[in-house]
Amino acid sequence: MKFAVIVFPGSNCDVDMYHAIKDELGEEAVYVRYDEQNLANYDAILLPGGFSYGDYLRSGAIARFSPIMAEVVKAAEAGKPILGVCNGFQILLEAGLLPGAMKRNKNLKFMCRPVTLRVQNNETMFTSVYEKEEEITIPIAHGEGNYYCDEATLATLKQENRIAFTYADNPNGSVEDIAGIVNEKGNVLGMMPHPERAVDELLGSADGLNLFKSILRNWRESHVTHA
Amino acid sequence: MYKVKVYVTLKESVLDPQGSAVKNSLHSLSYHEVEDVRIGKYMELTVKDTENLDQRIKEICEKLLANTVIEDYTYEIEEGVAQ
Repeated sequence: MKFAVIVFPGSNCDVDMYHAIKDELGEEAVYVRYDEQNLANYDAILLPGGFSYGDYLRSGAIARFSPIMAEVVKAAEAGKPILGVCNGFQILLEAGLLPGAMKRNKNLKFMCRPVTLRVQNNETMFTSVYEKEEEITIPIAHGEGNYYCDEATLATLKQENRIAFTYADNPNGSVEDIAGIVNEKGNVLGMMPHPERAVDELLGSADGLNLFKSILRNWRESHVTHA
Repeated sequence: MYKVKVYVTLKESVLDPQGSAVKNSLHSLSYHEVEDVRIGKYMELTVKDTENLDQRIKEICEKLLANTVIEDYTYEIEEGVAQ
């Protein structure tokens, strides 16, 4: 399986993402620059964390107009798995691929520490290797991860079972303890915590690896050739 | 040439964590008459003469300057800015 790791000016988790795919998952990963205009050759797209364009104006606001984003939208429409982590999540929100917006953390602090997440929906292509309600340890590292959406959107997210992860102990003020959501089709996941930083016990936790394994398993299952 | 002053603030319905912190600080300085503080952004655009200026500025605000999921914007257009 071939993963594209999108690199924006100011991305800083691209190398972690590459490492997670290449060394831990054992699949192919390729860096793709923000100004490239073709993602046709990739099976999955990863938008890493960081501070694209210095977080100027709003996190992700400028990155969403990068040339590559038109291709990300196309890939999303084609049903390819798209994962946005941290700043990647913020970019997906700004691009309108996921609903809602991010505000400053409730306590106004940048927080960088492991947190406990609960897998709310283990039937997505990103979470199927996890158990339902499984508690996992994944680090967060953000100043603007206070997820907000209006009540109608929240009702839709709940009704359609699109809340993938919640915080066991809400660190940032997000509505309904939301840590990660998927789009209507279920092929776009945005989450603030960093699964790519939790792919080996040496890093403090390997709980993030099952997310990447889920993507791989789902892809393999849908690409089985029946002889 | 025009000078366009754009103001972006969080919507009334959206809690503003920065505004609350500043309000609390003002209260601790005993300015208890301050009931609410909203933090926003102020931007100045220098814009060449163009057709549909008002419409163009609206587009600019909605596409990029404000995130209308959580923010409101207002703007003022001033004419005749010296180059």
